[in-house]
Amino acid sequence: MTELTQEQGKVQLISWRNPAVRSVVYQIVSVVLVGFAAYTIFQNTVANLTKRGIASGFSFLNIESGFAISEVMPVPMLEPGFVSFISSIFLGLIAAFVLHKWVTRKGKTVGGDYRLVLLTIFFIFVVPAITYLLTNHIFVTETYSEASSYGLGLVTGVFNTIKMSILGCILATIIGFFVGIARLSSNWLVAKLAETYVEIIRNIPVLLQIFFWYFAVIRTLPMVRESINFFDVFIINNRGIYLPDPTPLPGFHPFLIALFVACVGVYFRLRHVKAVQDLTGRQLPVLFPSIAILIVFPGLVWMGLGAPVELSYPKLTGFNFTGGLNPSPEYAAMLMGLSIYHGSQIAEIVRSGIQAVSTGQKEAARALGLRGGFVMRLVVIPQAMRVIIPPLTSQYLGVTKNSSLGVAIGFPELVSVGGTILNQSGQAIEIIGITMAVYLAASLMISVFMNWYNEKMKLVER
Amino acid sequence: MKIRICIIAAVFALVAVGSGQALAASPTLDSIKSRGALKCGITTALAGFAFADKRGVWRGFDVDFCRALAAALGVKVKFIPTNAKERFPALQSGEVDVLFRNTTWTLSRDTRLGFDFAGVNYYDGQGFMVRKDSGIKSAKDLDGATVCVNAGTTTELNLGDYFRSNGMKYKAVVYETGTEVRQAYEAGRCDVHTTDASGLAAQRSAMKVPGDHIILPEIISKEPLGPAVRHGDNEWGDIVRWVLNAIIIAEEKGLTQGNVSRMAISTKDPEVQRLLGKTGSVGDDLGLDPDWALKAIRKIGNYGEVFERNIGKKTPLALARGLNQLWSKGGILYAPPVR
Ligand SMILES: N[C@@H](CCC(=O)N[C@@H](CS)C(=O)NCC(=O)O)C(=O)O
Repeated sequence: MTELTQEQGKVQLISWRNPAVRSVVYQIVSVVLVGFAAYTIFQNTVANLTKRGIASGFSFLNIESGFAISEVMPVPMLEPGFVSFISSIFLGLIAAFVLHKWVTRKGKTVGGDYRLVLLTIFFIFVVPAITYLLTNHIFVTETYSEASSYGLGLVTGVFNTIKMSILGCILATIIGFFVGIARLSSNWLVAKLAETYVEIIRNIPVLLQIFFWYFAVIRTLPMVRESINFFDVFIINNRGIYLPDPTPLPGFHPFLIALFVACVGVYFRLRHVKAVQDLTGRQLPVLFPSIAILIVFPGLVWMGLGAPVELSYPKLTGFNFTGGLNPSPEYAAMLMGLSIYHGSQIAEIVRSGIQAVSTGQKEAARALGLRGGFVMRLVVIPQAMRVIIPPLTSQYLGVTKNSSLGVAIGFPELVSVGGTILNQSGQAIEIIGITMAVYLAASLMISVFMNWYNEKMKLVER
Repeated sequence: MKIRICIIAAVFALVAVGSGQALAASPTLDSIKSRGALKCGITTALAGFAFADKRGVWRGFDVDFCRALAAALGVKVKFIPTNAKERFPALQSGEVDVLFRNTTWTLSRDTRLGFDFAGVNYYDGQGFMVRKDSGIKSAKDLDGATVCVNAGTTTELNLGDYFRSNGMKYKAVVYETGTEVRQAYEAGRCDVHTTDASGLAAQRSAMKVPGDHIILPEIISKEPLGPAVRHGDNEWGDIVRWVLNAIIIAEEKGLTQGNVSRMAISTKDPEVQRLLGKTGSVGDDLGLDPDWALKAIRKIGNYGEVFERNIGKKTPLALARGLNQLWSKGGILYAPPVR
């Protein structure tokens, strides 16, 4: 009997009736067909472009653009030394990871021993910092002008998109958490206000809201000559907001290091507090000592170095205010539109996340004698986070994608700059390809980061 | 299984599309005829040149040329509004058959963008407009100014060239459509509004108080504005070129919207006879009906009539003929002979 089955098995191994064989064949056929389709599309496209005399390829990225971008910043262009910098970051991370694995294998945690913590910090921060100081050519910063290449123009667009998305995500999160928690407030007025905000904002398309901020609010601010002027420090008109701009002076780097050291100090202070509490149940003060460490030490260094930052103030010269920090009206409108809209969405996510934590948890926490704020901070929010993070990820993706609406009000993000380059160079397919690749990469990066965070926040079974 | 069948079908469809280009005199003309309508790319809104009137009917200088072309072909016309950025992909992809959209004839558009220009229907140059109360009298005073400009135009390139070569600084604020540029400038977002001089006159006429704004004397570029078609369909390019030429020749020969039907019968001028299809074979040579030019002129009149009706002295734009006068009257408008 067994013999027979084995015989049959052998025959079936390469037979059409074997599902495994069929599946492999199907898959090969599919791959070939898809590959053939892709190849045909590519061939057709190239042939059609050539027939119509349309330029193709990526060499256009080096051509001088000739047009201005309204918002530029110095963007890093990589140099050969970048490879060693990146490798040192990776090596540091790998070393820290190996250390972590090794320690866990021995049944301890990195956090358990201050020497291990210091070693980890050394691997992750100090090793790259040293490489940075030793390597000269990691990157150069270039600022786009009309004499720059299309390529630099695109990079500038990407950075404007990033500038928009990161601040948008941060603001939306802050708004979302405040409003989400406010909606559950026992204070009737606070809860109603939060609800009204969410219900109105959530149901108006974000583009309309951006238009509202840009055309109905910022456009109607006074003209340059009639600017609202707060002591020449803070100026506002329909060309934007003007603030003093801090420019770092030579002593700025040591100050940053002092700040970093202070952060490490706070971390150890927190460890100490926890250790004392675990041992004796005594709660040492946390907030004020931490603030003291964060302010006093860097503050002393700051003064010792003679305030290594200079403020440049906006001045009215000729047509415009110049100098100082000047977020443009387009940027401001985009930022308000995106963060207020996505803030309302996040508020709902936060509310539902909190409500998903069963009341039993809260009651149990109170029964243990925890006070209101602690119940929220120690029991409810950590559990709610597990419900909140996945939909929060799609909100962050949404902020990033919606930043492309900037094109509608003249904010020069990637789609807007890409569109201009497409028009001037005529290379539609290449530009659209690059744009898609950038958005895909951004989305993947956000997803990877949020998945990692989600993993970290998962319920740890003890 | 279904999915795989779909893939196979899709592949065959692609191959078929790839190889299915019929041999024809003009593929563009063929598809216009079978569709029964010319798809003409125009601006989204530019007073005098292409704008929708109160009843939603498209009017203007460029719109008239679209109408003449459609009349010559004996088809209806469909207007496709495009902003400056969209216009080229629209033409490249076949969404429009021709652009009559104040588009400057430049070398790169002629070559790497894959177009052909069928002529020039308006000789223009780029200018600057400022508020009268700014006290500015010359473009040389614009150092440090904020300038509103339309994206995807020669305008933004010339702007960069001009300020660079004069060692002046500026801040560009870039919008997608001419209307947005105008509104931003009017609201004081910018000190300067720049585009083709004809565009400036058009935009000024659409402002709340046109008299508050002045156009500076400097003209900083050459902007020959003309109809663009896809490179590679020369027969179609010929048709567009000769409809434009017919409208110009009509002015040279004194043919008007009112008299052209009569002249077609009574004229003794051999060139006019050839143009209007009484003798010769020019219609045939173009692949059109013998009375193609007659229909075009009957539709919109001659160049002078089109000019005066839409953008001339009696209109809010109040543009002078200037360079766009016939060569015989001191301008540079010049059409090759019909022979
Ligand atoms: N002639 C220039 C500029 C043409 C252009 O697009 N001008 C603008 C500014 S007046 C315009 O017509 N905009 C109308 C629209 O956005 O629809 C070119 O070909 O690049």
